[in-house]
Amino acid sequence: MAQQLAKLEMKNIVKEFPGVKALSDVQLSLYPGEVHALMGENGAGKSTLIKVLTGVYSIDQGTVTLEGKQVSINSPLKAQELGISTVYQEVNLCSNLSVTENIFIGREIKKYGRLAWKEMNQHAEKLLERLQLNIDVTKLLSSYSVAIQQMVAIARALNVSAKILILDEPTSSLDRDEVQQLFAVMRQLKKDGLAIVFVSHFLDQIYEITDRLTVLRNGEWIGEYKTEAIDRMELVSKMIGKDLAELEAISSKTTDISQSDTLESMLQANEVGLNGKISPFDLELRKGEIYGLAGLLGSGRTEMARVLFGADKADKGKMTINGKDVHFTTPRSAILNKIGFCSENRKTEGIIPELTVRENMILAIQSVYGWFRYLSRAKQMKIAEEYIQLLNIRPANPEQLIKNLSGGNQQKVMLARWLVTNPDLLILDEPTRGIDIGAKTEIMKLMTHLSKENKSILFISSEIEEILRTCDRIAVLRDRKKVQEFDNDRELTQQDLMKEMAGGM
Amino acid sequence: MLKGMMKTKLFWPIIVLILILVINLFFDRSFFSIELRNGHLTGSLIDILNRGAPLILISIGMTLVIATKGIDLSVGSIIAMSGAIGAMTVADTASEGSGPLWMAIGLSLIICLVVGGWNGLLVSRVGVQPIVATLILMVAGRGIAQLITGGQITTVYYEPYSFIGGGYLLTLPFSVFIVAFVFLMAVLLTRKTALGLFIESVGSNADASRLAGINSKNIMLMVYMFSGLCAGVAGLILSSNVMSADGNNAGLWFELDAILAVVIGGTSLMGGRFYLMGTVIGALIIQSLTTTIYSIGVPAETNLVVKALVVLVVCLLQSAEFRRKVFGIGKVKPTGEQKGREGVTLS
Repeated sequence: MAQQLAKLEMKNIVKEFPGVKALSDVQLSLYPGEVHALMGENGAGKSTLIKVLTGVYSIDQGTVTLEGKQVSINSPLKAQELGISTVYQEVNLCSNLSVTENIFIGREIKKYGRLAWKEMNQHAEKLLERLQLNIDVTKLLSSYSVAIQQMVAIARALNVSAKILILDEPTSSLDRDEVQQLFAVMRQLKKDGLAIVFVSHFLDQIYEITDRLTVLRNGEWIGEYKTEAIDRMELVSKMIGKDLAELEAISSKTTDISQSDTLESMLQANEVGLNGKISPFDLELRKGEIYGLAGLLGSGRTEMARVLFGADKADKGKMTINGKDVHFTTPRSAILNKIGFCSENRKTEGIIPELTVRENMILAIQSVYGWFRYLSRAKQMKIAEEYIQLLNIRPANPEQLIKNLSGGNQQKVMLARWLVTNPDLLILDEPTRGIDIGAKTEIMKLMTHLSKENKSILFISSEIEEILRTCDRIAVLRDRKKVQEFDNDRELTQQDLMKEMAGGM
Repeated sequence: MLKGMMKTKLFWPIIVLILILVINLFFDRSFFSIELRNGHLTGSLIDILNRGAPLILISIGMTLVIATKGIDLSVGSIIAMSGAIGAMTVADTASEGSGPLWMAIGLSLIICLVVGGWNGLLVSRVGVQPIVATLILMVAGRGIAQLITGGQITTVYYEPYSFIGGGYLLTLPFSVFIVAFVFLMAVLLTRKTALGLFIESVGSNADASRLAGINSKNIMLMVYMFSGLCAGVAGLILSSNVMSADGNNAGLWFELDAILAVVIGGTSLMGGRFYLMGTVIGALIIQSLTTTIYSIGVPAETNLVVKALVVLVVCLLQSAEFRRKVFGIGKVKPTGEQKGREGVTLS
């Protein structure tokens, strides 16, 4: 491969923002027909590098060479002309337009000055066929699942005869099958000679699909490696710059479950359910335990959590907390009963984008206090500073608007919002999704710490391995139904869980 | 120092307000002079304050509505309703006692609270879009006002009623005290309690606010009720000032001036952060503009065009992008770039 002419070379790239050096002396080379992973923690500079590559930012220093010719990518339009296409982390398409319209928006096919819908529809179908997708392209995008929307985004990117395709966390909202489907498409595109830049926090996926990888840390270039030549621990330690021993200590941690049965009961649900969302289920959460919900996307995990939290009103069943009957009609009533809920949709159901980190953190506790017992500014600052330090939130500025923080740091602020309320039960719906390993381990550590303080945690995750490692007991959901409950003893394996999740085996 | 000042939302509106006032000085040397006549302070500045009172009031209410990502088009009609109710209650009274006065004030303010609550219920409980919900009352309210007055301009002869909009207290017009009181209450309620935080939170992300335990629906209901109340007070001032009830023209197009005042003051129509002081300055800009246009003798027919131009200038000045492109000053804060430093793409 080394003899082959690199499709794209980025050398000594420097990008500065006022007060921050986002990229210093970063290299990246892409060859035709390879999948290249961009690795790094949140804040490492991956996104900045991608934005430089796609012309969103201009570079301060350095050179970009495309197929041997030096180019300057000074606008997203220019990047497109050069054949560099991007699919962003969160699908940024128009959900109230049709699939065809989404694919062609901005570069419609015209005939005699009018839009040639027939041609566009046919072309869209052809593009999607290449991605092994057979759908009605005239339907609204919103009528399809996130996975399909992702494929449409890729189809849109491919529409501009792309040579380089950048996939920024494309898998973060896909389930296992959908990821495989995406990988099949990537392999096909690879064969066609595309260079694909792939960003993902899932190491399994990195090892499955990528050929080479570039590691960044704090805006600096750490190195470029062949994927098969670097093992996981080494890779992770390069990404977070911590030594291996510390990492192993975290990852080999297993909870002591022997005493789990003796724990006191905290919440009990009897035949609680909501028509069309989650079939009636029984659930007992004990004090000081971490209870996992495993299941595929759409299996009813989130629905169960939302019903427990009162975000959706249960229409059947009975719930008790510490032996007392409760009936949650709003999240507020659950919060007053000392329950916290971190939604999986950080952007739409978590952060208040226009408010500061401080304000976001105190929001839940303030809503418990009501309007008139307004926390003094000094107290607010104290809380904010305490949790910024505790959770290692960056930048460490309480007055920063939360929308300016990276995903992982926003997630930590969301955690802080609930920790401030000192809940007896904390429901965490995919708290580790889309965030880097460093933040992930910090969140897992925090969970264990809370359970030691006799708090209950309901933990939802798509990563079975995470659940297996942290939870005392695990429920598996399938088709909006709780199908099985396991004690997490040493015999329980990923296979057992997966069998139940898939069902019918 | 200057740079820090330029960053605040209030900087450009204040500059424009001062400019407008100074321009007046070229036409009228005595523009800034204030005299004491018969125990009343008089002068152009006092005049602007006095005449601007109704607009400032409804703009304060509008600010909170807009902060929740809503809008209230009905305030002009509520002004008409409130004035009509107030004036008609005392229209046949010849007595000098203050009983009927309280009756008029109480009745019209309660009804304004109720109709504001109607807006709030439509928006928060029924889920009607704010612009549609308040459009309904914008039409209906003026109709009701016309029904109350019978489509006529009814003159009031009950002397105490004139105090609200025409009286003086401690040498200053009484309406100035009303505005100051409402403004102070609004500031205290929103900044010294958590209400302001909740309003901004609901306006910025209503779903997330609900999940954080905030009763978003009640917050929305409240801001519309408050806006109705403000409009009610404004209506009383206007009707008392002219000692009549005019269902057809009282408060006509006031809602648009109020929205302008809020926007000039720096509050975004997208909801979230709100700036009450900015709004007051915005309303004062609009009022001094109107006064200026009349006083320097711009032909009446060019009136609206001139007003539009000034508003355009204020809005452009507030855009950091525009300032950078045209003057090359006040470098854009790099928030848009920093947020991209890692991971998230925020749309």
